Amino acid sequence: MVQDKITLTIDHTEVVADSGATILEAALAGGIYIPHLCYHPDLEPAGVCRLCMVEIEGRGLTIACRAPVAEGLVVRTESPEIDKVRRVAMELLIANHHVDCLACGQDGNCAIQKTSAYIGISEERLDALRKREASSPIDTSNPFFDRDPNKCVLCGICIRTCVELQRVSAIDFAFRGPETIVGTFANRPLAESRCESCGECVVRCPVGALLPKKFQQPAREVRTVCTYCGVGCGLYLGVRGDTVVSARGDDDSPVNKGSLCVKGRFGFKFINHPDRLTAPLIRKDGTLTEATWDEALQLVADKLSTYHGDQFATLSSAKCTNEENYLIQKFTRAVMGTNNIDHCARLCHAPTVAGLVQSLGSGAMTNSINEVMGAACILAVGTNTTAAHPVIGLQMKKAVARGTKLIVANPKEIDLCRFAHLFLQHRPGSDVALLMGIMRVIVDEGLFDKAFIDERCENFEAFKASLDDFDPQFVSQTTGVPWEKIQQAARLYATEKPASLFYAMGITQHTHGTDNVLATSNLALLTGNVGKPSTGVNPLRGQNNVQGACDMGALPNVYPGYQRVDNDEIRAKFEKAWACSLPAGAGVTHVEIFDDIERKTIKALYIVGENPAVSEANSSHVVDALKTLEFLVVQDIFLSETAELAHVVLPAASFAEKNGTFTNTERRVQRVRQVIQPVGQSRPDWRITCQIAQEMGKSGFDFASPEDIQDEIRSLTPSYQGITYDRIEQEGLQWPCPSADHGGTAILHTERFATKSGKASFVPLTYRPSAEVPDKQYPFILTTDRSIFHFHTGTMTRNVQGMDVLNGQELLDINPADALSLEIDNGATVEVSSRRGRVSVRAHITEACLPGVVSMTFHFSETPTNVLTNSALDPVAKIPETKVCAVQIEKPDSPAG
Amino acid sequence: MAETTASSDASKTYRAELLICAGTGCVSNRSFKIRDALEAEIRQRGLDDEVRVVTTGCQGFCAQGPIMIFQPDGIFYQMLTEEDVPLLVEEHLIKGRPVEKLMYVPPEGDEVVPKLSDIDFFRKQRLVVLRNRGLIDPEKIDEYIARDGYRALAKVLTGMTSEEVIEVVKASGLRGRGGAGFPTGIKWGLTRQAEGNGKCIICNADEGDPGAFMDRSIIESDPHAVLEGMAIGAYAIGAKNGYVYIREEYPLAMQRLHIAIDQAREYGLLGEDILGSGFSFDLAVHRGAGAFVCGEETSLIASLEGRTPEPRIRPPFPAQSGLWGQPTNINNVETWANVPVIISRGAEWYASLGTDTSKGTKVFSVVGKVNNTGLVEVPMGITMREIVFDIGGGIPDGKQFKAVQTGGPSGGCIPESLLDLPIDYERLMEVGSIMGSGGLIVMDEDTCMVDIARYFLDFLRSESCGKCTTCREGIAAMHDILADICAGQGEPEHIDLLGELAEAVSDASLCALGGTAPNPVLSTLRHFRDEYEAHIRDKKCPAGVCRALITYRIDPDKCKGCLLCTKACPEQIIRGEAKKPQTIDTEACIKCGVCRESCKFDAVLVE
Repeated sequence: MVQDKITLTIDHTEVVADSGATILEAALAGGIYIPHLCYHPDLEPAGVCRLCMVEIEGRGLTIACRAPVAEGLVVRTESPEIDKVRRVAMELLIANHHVDCLACGQDGNCAIQKTSAYIGISEERLDALRKREASSPIDTSNPFFDRDPNKCVLCGICIRTCVELQRVSAIDFAFRGPETIVGTFANRPLAESRCESCGECVVRCPVGALLPKKFQQPAREVRTVCTYCGVGCGLYLGVRGDTVVSARGDDDSPVNKGSLCVKGRFGFKFINHPDRLTAPLIRKDGTLTEATWDEALQLVADKLSTYHGDQFATLSSAKCTNEENYLIQKFTRAVMGTNNIDHCARLCHAPTVAGLVQSLGSGAMTNSINEVMGAACILAVGTNTTAAHPVIGLQMKKAVARGTKLIVANPKEIDLCRFAHLFLQHRPGSDVALLMGIMRVIVDEGLFDKAFIDERCENFEAFKASLDDFDPQFVSQTTGVPWEKIQQAARLYATEKPASLFYAMGITQHTHGTDNVLATSNLALLTGNVGKPSTGVNPLRGQNNVQGACDMGALPNVYPGYQRVDNDEIRAKFEKAWACSLPAGAGVTHVEIFDDIERKTIKALYIVGENPAVSEANSSHVVDALKTLEFLVVQDIFLSETAELAHVVLPAASFAEKNGTFTNTERRVQRVRQVIQPVGQSRPDWRITCQIAQEMGKSGFDFASPEDIQDEIRSLTPSYQGITYDRIEQEGLQWPCPSADHGGTAILHTERFATKSGKASFVPLTYRPSAEVPDKQYPFILTTDRSIFHFHTGTMTRNVQGMDVLNGQELLDINPADALSLEIDNGATVEVSSRRGRVSVRAHITEACLPGVVSMTFHFSETPTNVLTNSALDPVAKIPETKVCAVQIEKPDSPAG
Repeated sequence: MAETTASSDASKTYRAELLICAGTGCVSNRSFKIRDALEAEIRQRGLDDEVRVVTTGCQGFCAQGPIMIFQPDGIFYQMLTEEDVPLLVEEHLIKGRPVEKLMYVPPEGDEVVPKLSDIDFFRKQRLVVLRNRGLIDPEKIDEYIARDGYRALAKVLTGMTSEEVIEVVKASGLRGRGGAGFPTGIKWGLTRQAEGNGKCIICNADEGDPGAFMDRSIIESDPHAVLEGMAIGAYAIGAKNGYVYIREEYPLAMQRLHIAIDQAREYGLLGEDILGSGFSFDLAVHRGAGAFVCGEETSLIASLEGRTPEPRIRPPFPAQSGLWGQPTNINNVETWANVPVIISRGAEWYASLGTDTSKGTKVFSVVGKVNNTGLVEVPMGITMREIVFDIGGGIPDGKQFKAVQTGGPSGGCIPESLLDLPIDYERLMEVGSIMGSGGLIVMDEDTCMVDIARYFLDFLRSESCGKCTTCREGIAAMHDILADICAGQGEPEHIDLLGELAEAVSDASLCALGGTAPNPVLSTLRHFRDEYEAHIRDKKCPAGVCRALITYRIDPDKCKGCLLCTKACPEQIIRGEAKKPQTIDTEACIKCGVCRESCKFDAVLVE
């Protein structure tokens, strides 16, 4: 957009500004300082500090932050009148401010220091004004930052950040006149408010009123990528010596543009946690004892040499870099001679890969994060975006504020519903019925995109015929959603274009997960919402590098770049490159590995950065299986519940201690940089894997750096071919990026689909209920959810001091009606049991769950939710059904039923 | 409910009508009880067919309440009690002998003045807005209509274009009575011209000034005048919806407003297709929660929208984007009530009242140290002396006049030397005060002007919304300095500091609250600087108000040794023999002033 330029004069200097800019913005951009406190470039001007007083010729005194520029305006920033007013305003601000600069964490960056130094303040005058000596108590309830009202200048930047930017609205001005403070609802401590601890207000506070606890200025900062979820936020980690002391968002990152969530900003303390593994451990006489690297590597190499072929399996890690995943799968295939490699993508997005490859030809997010803002309609189904992918959730909230129509479909009333135009609360496991119902309305009302279907799709008629079974009565009965709401959703999604569809685990973690995914792609195709900006089928990937781990072939059926192991031509290419012969048949999947261990066909297991003892459905079964292994090697940063069962534990370096790349949910390959030296004797995973292979006498593992590994990846992976470290130094590249001069691909399928025919395929669907449905003995449906304050099994967040203050224990969300009939009080301990196990948790009574549905997270190993969940598999994607199982709920004293 | 529907009494004629005041002041002095007693007595005497009791809105002379006017004789009865009722009925109604002992005696005389028309308080007033006060029952729409009510609306709807209405209002010279004095016709025109989906009008009845009750009284005595004015304004502006934003503390006004709205709807004067003209307009009543800052337009709108009442920066002005983003016109109660008369009697007639720049009349509530406290309506241009001394009856107990505060807490104090100033918007500004909404607080020699400034700033600092630095911190800082001065801790440089703070607060604050808040300081500094200096330099409070600066002493020449003060003293620190002069232990004295009040010989002195 071309903006008109306006020329004005500020202090006899000609300044050119965009029309719509304010005088303050024009002055600052032109290098002219005007003192100010309440202005922040990210926020709407508030005009409350009254310091940016200027004089406009012919108009007199006005505040510059609210005065728009106009052609020919003559502005003065200095005059006796301005000085008089500005000085008094400044004096008034400081008069009651607790001035203890040397003890204040903001010293040196403080806007009061800057403005008062500019204006020039005399101590005598302040003495005449300094009246109120009273101190207000500091709110220390938040584990990560303190709020000191005595230093607050009431500029409102924190409030505007919380309301305008974060859309959380946890704080606002409270009371009137000199009593005015920044407060939470009912003026409760921050930790008891709806505050999400994102810390965006702390970042923007111009004074010392909001400061990180025990704040330490870093000696240096390193630009890298967050290790938590798949959003892949750019951040700077601050370091002193060998300790990471701070994190801040990278304003230049195209992904997060400076935003971070609570985990990204405050979740770095696990890096230097005293419980980190610092030396290899070897089981001697039943106990894990410290050993030297030589000992451990020797033992692992000797042992693994005896398990060649399918007696061996590897679980790779979605937390590791692309380079490491590449090496681990290379090691498994080339050294161990098996395709038995999988990773946690099996437990999250295996149906995405299976389903979207079938319908669209590529199993990844079709569009990009920054397109969220451009959507006219967003359908968020089976994703608790603000909790699990907070920075994308933030984009959705902002989009709504700009007029986007948001439809939320979720069995739970999640935070996002506050912003939704329409909320469909369907029964867990009824997604196919819901989505097919929506498509039935679109077809019946002729709202589908006929031209798009004719031109770019196949198999429409067969699909259309499969809609016959989804009549209004069946759909609303199965989903529990009134037909009118389904009609409204259909009309919104089909007519408000472009429409963007987002989903996550709520779609995939079912025995019909692949069908669910196909239903989403059918819906997008039906309305022509694929291959264009702000449209698409957008699976939100869970782990920081789960996309990359899949891309790198840490899967039993494909090499890097989704090249199939059963394709002779491809296999020959890899055999040549790796100078070995490779097995032709696909390996076994994640859950099947544990079945094979029980069957004694797999005898040795190499686990890198995974914790299946807690994360796997029906986890007691997994623990039992792990105990029967002849040889278990676990490579991790902490002694996880899984590592405790190992024969050898190898201490790995965290993301802050190594170089490499992560690929985020939008297929963006980004640089991860070493920030500190590996903790203790820990080593980067890539180096450990190389050393095992070398110890086994194998060639092809003599890499000097991750960049060397990336060069090999490029040579074998067409979609990564153009991605070099040089090119992604500043900003990541989105694959496919087939050549060095290719700029990456923001939107997939713009011209043709990645299928053989180049056309997308509709897939006819039928409804299948979940594997386990409630009955008399187990009358409730248990579904699983996420907390914003924790990640996955908690290996990292449970080792970040403070996260437990915000969320310290598992809670069973239960509807008030169910709680009433079971006579359960809020906070009471209850026994939850399924056919597979039993867990004691506290009840949290909430209308977020429908009657008959209860929900838990799985972040707490002391209350392992996954002993309850069902490991029944989706027949295609082999994902276990962690989103639906049948449970019974009892009070602890009631007789077992 | 029977009361809510209009009665047919309006057309019936009676031998006598007893117009008893039912404004808030008289009601709280039991005027409803007196009404009930009168009705019972009249019924008992079998006079109910000949005599009618009418409850009216505020008649203005609150100091003498409860009051009653006996028509057709025009006799003004005052300070009535229930016990007076049998006598009144027996003597005046049956024997035709007006009861002298219930009549008004002016402060400077001993002769009764029987007729309302002869009483100075009423004689000098000019009733335009309050044209129906004391004459109609505000709960009966028929009585309003019988006095030409809603004829202006009919005239507008049947024969005038919106533009013509706006032209008339412009030509009349009517300016906003809420205080700022913006020309009403121009404001209407701006809202009419603004582009927007739907427009709305608001009546600001959030009368927040302490001691001001003009708007309350107008609604209590003549609610239909406000509704008619709003309907005319809505037609002119092109609004379909209106709101009355009224203080929660005004239950009686609110009740009468609701009754009036119901009756107007019933008569088709509000709602769809008014008088068959195709024009539709309806309104809702919104209760305010007692924030002074809601008098400010943008705060009021925020409050109506359910948000925290905080002023916002203009532009956009409410006329461009107000309630829910619609072009919105806000006027206060008195402004709206002026409109029907202007339409009926014409712009020229209206413009003939008042001064060059300020047309028409202004309603003032006169309170404080004045004999005739009450509500008065006077033409613009009248002098303060006429209001205080002719209408107000001067200062009680022979004390000296000192100042009159206009414009509420953020107005200014006018000293005796300016008493002959003709009152209009510009003149008041010139002397450092403002018209405000019309509160006049009269102060006598016993008022300390530093303490008064401190008092008003105390009010304003807690009513500041707290967003602007200068308003939030500056008012508090000025208050603290004034409190120091009153406490004897004033320093010579405080006077200059107060001046500087006042200037900054006034120049740098966002809304009118901060913009006018320094007025009490500035005007007292300007006109009563000697009192500040006495406090600071001599550590004396000339008015004998600031406790830290005064001592109580007994004049031995006047003291008769009656021991009344000795008995009254809560600290028991007055000593002396009976029938001999007493002395006060000034060290132990808490300066409560009880001794002075108890003394019958004016022997207790304050120095």
